[in-house]
Amino acid sequence: MRVTLWKRGRLAKKKVVELLDSASSRVILKYAVYLIAIILFLTLILLPPILGIALNWSTINVVLNNTSLMNRALSAITNSFLVALIVSAIDLAAGIPMAWVIARRKSRWLTVLDTLCDIPFIVPTAVLGYSLLLFWYGPQGISMFFRGSIVSPGWALVMLLHFTFSFPVVVRVVVGALQDYKREFENASRTLGAPPFTASRTVTFPIIKPSLIAAFILAFSRSISETGATLIVAGLFENGSVFIQNISDKYGKTSSTYIGASVFASSILIAVSVVLFILIQVLGPRLRFPVKQVWPKFERKISYKKAETSRNALTIAVFLAIILVPSLFVALPAIQATFTKTLGESLKGTGIWAQYWQSMILSYALAAIATVLNIIIGLPMAIAIARRKLGSLSPFFDILVNIPIVVPSIALGFSLSIFWTKTITSMPEILLLIFAHLAITYPYFVRSMSAAVERINLDMEEAARTLGAKPLGVFRTIIVPLTKYSMLSGAILMFTRSVSETGATLAVSTNLKTVPVILVTWIKALMANGSNAPTTMQIGLGSGYLILFSFMILLALRLIVKGKERY
Amino acid sequence: MPEVRVENVTKKFGKLVALDDVSLQVHDKEYFSLLGPSGCGKTTLLRVIAGLIRPDKGKIYIGDRLVNDVPPEDRDIGFVFQTFALFPHMNAWNNVTYGPKVKGYDMKRAETIGHEVLEMVRLNERLEAYPNELSGGMMQRIAVARALAAGAKLLLLDEPLGQLDAKVRNDLRYEIRRMTKDLCLTAIHVTHDQSEAMAISDRIAVMKKGRIKQVGTPSELYMAPSNVFVANFIGESNFLEGYVRKETSNETIIELRGGILIEVVNDKVKKGERIVLAVRPEAFTVHKGIEEKENSVTGNVERVTFEGTNIRYEIRLRNQDSIVVVKPSMTEEWLKAQEEVTVQFPTTKAHVFEHPATGLKEEISVE
Repeated sequence: MRVTLWKRGRLAKKKVVELLDSASSRVILKYAVYLIAIILFLTLILLPPILGIALNWSTINVVLNNTSLMNRALSAITNSFLVALIVSAIDLAAGIPMAWVIARRKSRWLTVLDTLCDIPFIVPTAVLGYSLLLFWYGPQGISMFFRGSIVSPGWALVMLLHFTFSFPVVVRVVVGALQDYKREFENASRTLGAPPFTASRTVTFPIIKPSLIAAFILAFSRSISETGATLIVAGLFENGSVFIQNISDKYGKTSSTYIGASVFASSILIAVSVVLFILIQVLGPRLRFPVKQVWPKFERKISYKKAETSRNALTIAVFLAIILVPSLFVALPAIQATFTKTLGESLKGTGIWAQYWQSMILSYALAAIATVLNIIIGLPMAIAIARRKLGSLSPFFDILVNIPIVVPSIALGFSLSIFWTKTITSMPEILLLIFAHLAITYPYFVRSMSAAVERINLDMEEAARTLGAKPLGVFRTIIVPLTKYSMLSGAILMFTRSVSETGATLAVSTNLKTVPVILVTWIKALMANGSNAPTTMQIGLGSGYLILFSFMILLALRLIVKGKERY
Repeated sequence: MPEVRVENVTKKFGKLVALDDVSLQVHDKEYFSLLGPSGCGKTTLLRVIAGLIRPDKGKIYIGDRLVNDVPPEDRDIGFVFQTFALFPHMNAWNNVTYGPKVKGYDMKRAETIGHEVLEMVRLNERLEAYPNELSGGMMQRIAVARALAAGAKLLLLDEPLGQLDAKVRNDLRYEIRRMTKDLCLTAIHVTHDQSEAMAISDRIAVMKKGRIKQVGTPSELYMAPSNVFVANFIGESNFLEGYVRKETSNETIIELRGGILIEVVNDKVKKGERIVLAVRPEAFTVHKGIEEKENSVTGNVERVTFEGTNIRYEIRLRNQDSIVVVKPSMTEEWLKAQEEVTVQFPTTKAHVFEHPATGLKEEISVE
């Protein structure tokens, strides 16, 4: 009886698949899928934040009529761009040698380095900010060696923070480019008489320039949009996103001052970013490395053994001292906490921990929902972009998909919530949270998936078609198996990004609080020295749990993927 | 000046032995080819000479200089890559003058050299074009010009014609040889195409599985192969297995399967040894009908294939061994399929080799 049911079930499934397969060869249905993907992209991801700003355009007068507020906003925005430009440049300068060490690794030990580089990405941004604060400013941090802290909250710490969280992204992108790059060009340059340094300056880096530009843009936009961690280390320093949050704290989320200031700051940040990116895209290809100038004697000097070894040592030392140790410094009080009753309290969920664990569930549930939904709505878009299925509109969408990365996360959250609360009267908060996380993580997935689909040789799809596979069949039997692991890594990227997301969530949430939001509240209370403020240990432990869980999830996924990357 | 000496070079990639104790000497101003099936180690050897790969063991000399620890940029070589490796971000002119520039020559001198080498490859148009705008043949000329412009006396070519159309390939191979001769360069040319190697080389080293099987001039390799692999890989050979029946100072008699006795000239094998007899398809004399000839076997023509210049016969001998015979199609009378024939073996042009321990099939395989 059970067997027949099971058999029938399988037969039914087979029939459904066949039916769908044959339906997929109907042109109308094929376009319907892409159309739905586009509509979902526009309505859920792209338009809400933009329309949110547009709908409240008139509130901008609050700022325009208040000179001191406007000046404050403008200087904050200027700070945003200054920090982003400087930090992205430094990130490239530090990330390129690191990527070189990893990509050209001569020993297995450097694989460990490769993994360590990802750590600042795993640590939720708010926690990262706090960790840096403890390291550079806290009494148990580096100040122990220097009689008083050397870096206090302010612009220097903000720079250090942004440098830290953009570093993994830059390294990842450049390592990928160096690994895809054909070494033959460099060999050719060497046989023609160029020492290693000249060869990489005149041949390798000019060839991978698009990736360098991409790395710069990613670091830049991440710096502009990051809010949660910046808040923690900003002190009296204000950039665009900190400004918006400070106004919100002072006047409340419903005040016209807050809305006006947000619209003002966000629209300028978005507009200038977009203009900058277009400029970079247009000018980037024209930017030439100085190939003609050759300094044979000098470059020979810095090309060989001694210079190379000391360069690598310096690169690794900078990474360990400025990036890795400060990022993980937060774990220290957590270790302390395990010897006190704080650990017990936290596990029992008493006091402030009750809310913490609820938030933990919310954080991971939210990340899971956003990840699954984005896979469903992002996949057709990724294929459409990679395979130019939208005709002349394809490159256009290729650019549009990036926009949510550019928008400051707090501005995105803010305008998104305005849009939805204005259009739907009783919008549930959880939906707002989901929409915000969808918008923020969507570009990461579509980007990495469309790149993966593009790497599949079109011949293979065509071969499948000539062998009789219907379009959906091709998708099932060729695209999915070949991009399985890229899909998984895209999902990991979305998941971690969602768990660590702070800025937009802060802007959207009123009652529902994710862990990063809770941590920001705690840290703020501690820094304000309130009477009920949580202790360093509690914060350390709270951060530690989140890092630990995220790390375990990532580790589990890595282990699943490990050794299976065959394609 | 630049003779190249390779002494006992070994290179392993993991478990794979790419070069197995290889020694080689290339003379000054010689056009030398490394020939072998893919995976035989020929490209690895070339890259070891260029300094792009470090050998595990052994020594490399260019001229009289031990270059093991000299990086490629200081070896004074020119390298032409199979994929051309023209820098995609530079136009043809900048590609060609790259070498002089990175060597720190002043602009004027770099430009003079650029014009000279472009003259040599007969390419003075489209210098503004980027590599992706050029045809395969043009890219190849630029690649050669670029290698020459670096001023090297040793030119290393890694399958330089592999990516070109047949017709272009044939023209270019003679041109490359002519240029190296005009400039008095030493050239080492890697190829898997035996006709290419035969056509342009002064000497050839035939390689298999990381070892050099034989070094010689094209005619030496063809007329006097020193092992069954070379006999098979250079040109074409019929292989017949048998024993040495009799071996004295003035005659050697081989017994093939079915008790057929053949006399050969030999200085390699001893009486009683198991051997392989290798005979080129064009070395047989074939008579129509059954005739009493010395050193001959009767057989039956099984298939006749017209190939243009030649006509090719597959003949089943009396002992069931099958051989291929090739005759010029214009000057000789054709045989018909199923025809009875008498095949006469050449005494001097049949080569006798010890039977390989690993088996004949394994020994001649190009895998």
